[in-house]
Amino acid sequence: MRASISVPVSIAIGTLLVAPAAQAADLSITVEVPRINAAEYHRPYVAIWVEDAGQKSVADLAVWYQQTDGKEGHGTKWLPDLRQWWRKSGRSLKVPVDGITAPTRPVGKHALKLDQKHPALAKLPAGKYTLVVEAAREVGGRELLKIPFEWKGKKASTGSAQGKEELGAVTLTAKP
Amino acid sequence: MKRITILAAVIAAAIPFSALAHKQWLVPSSTVLAGKDAWITVDAAVSNQLYYPDHVPMRLDNIVITAPDGSTHKPQNPATGQYRSVFDVQLAQQGTYRIANVNAGVSARWDTPESLAAAKAAKDAPAPAGGGMGGPGGAARGGMLRNATTEDLATKIPKDATNVQVIEGSGRVETFATNGSPSAIKATGKGLELVPVTHPNDLFAGEAATFRFVVDGKPAAGLEIEVIRGGTRYRNAQDEIKATTDAKGEFSVTWPEAGMYWLETAATDSKTSVPQAKQRRLSYVGTFEVLPQ
Repeated sequence: MRASISVPVSIAIGTLLVAPAAQAADLSITVEVPRINAAEYHRPYVAIWVEDAGQKSVADLAVWYQQTDGKEGHGTKWLPDLRQWWRKSGRSLKVPVDGITAPTRPVGKHALKLDQKHPALAKLPAGKYTLVVEAAREVGGRELLKIPFEWKGKKASTGSAQGKEELGAVTLTAKP
Repeated sequence: MKRITILAAVIAAAIPFSALAHKQWLVPSSTVLAGKDAWITVDAAVSNQLYYPDHVPMRLDNIVITAPDGSTHKPQNPATGQYRSVFDVQLAQQGTYRIANVNAGVSARWDTPESLAAAKAAKDAPAPAGGGMGGPGGAARGGMLRNATTEDLATKIPKDATNVQVIEGSGRVETFATNGSPSAIKATGKGLELVPVTHPNDLFAGEAATFRFVVDGKPAAGLEIEVIRGGTRYRNAQDEIKATTDAKGEFSVTWPEAGMYWLETAATDSKTSVPQAKQRRLSYVGTFEVLPQ
């Protein structure tokens, strides 16, 4: 009987002790670039960003694109193919951006871990958001996945989404 | 029959503000671009089907390309074929380019005693067996002038002309393309113009867009707007969307699906700049690209 009371009390104390210490919140994301059998395969352009409740982009987390000149001009030429990202953020962003833009990724699972000091998240107030992952592939298709989550909530927020064509599994864990 | 068809085509090509059902258009190869070396190629034609050149090419003499900084440019690599003209535009600046075919001119038509006599004879004679599809119909007038100057009006119309109609025309056929972020589009303040409320390079299927029409910079209320999606060859109906501008000159359209859309409207008024002209005819055609969600 005593024991059963003392357990919740100790948890409550533990929470009180931890909360003011401002533990580093972070966001862990995995994005799978699926294997696609195509006669002409190019790695997809991928944009990963955070939207608020009004579907406005509030933080760009990653943009993977061809950052060099190719036969068909500079890789930035195709950034508008990431249509929603381009509209919401890309067209007003001057690329490259340190810590956000990066080269395209090969087939496989790619992990991102961003802590609250990351420039994209540093000014993000606690609240409910949506993670958006958009992929577009040259002479291929385009796909967009969304995962709702809570940033700096009371407990860890997790979610996942499964792509059908241009994206594989996407997972998210937001630790408060 | 063949002669009549050719005649109809020649007349359609010659009359800039013709009421015939042919559609004028400029179609850009892309409307949302990025990068330091962004180019588009533009098709320019007058056709029945959208957007298939099947009638006459658009002449490129009056193409005006307005860059985001307001400077104007000429088409690059222009060429005119049997059915279609093409030219390139380099989007060297960041922002929105307005690509327009801007026409303004005075035309005149009149009857002469000879033409009236011929018309009377034609009317009294039995009706001819069909005038060809979309043919002009009716008897010819005594004469006409197009792109007439004030001096032309004074000297080229015969002394015995009657029923002289002098019409001032002002037409704009345009499209837009943006490199990077869309920039504001300023009205020129002349003629019938579209002023974006929703930016013309920010259009998405399933979303509503609002545009305002102005005549000489002032809101144009009560204009009838017709909107038709391209690809008419592969469907059995025009599927036109109709709207009317409100007191602010505005109307909204919700794009049913992605594609290139053709938008037309027209107005007439009596605000002419040439004293002989009693009527001014204003026309507007725009091509807008709507992207999928």
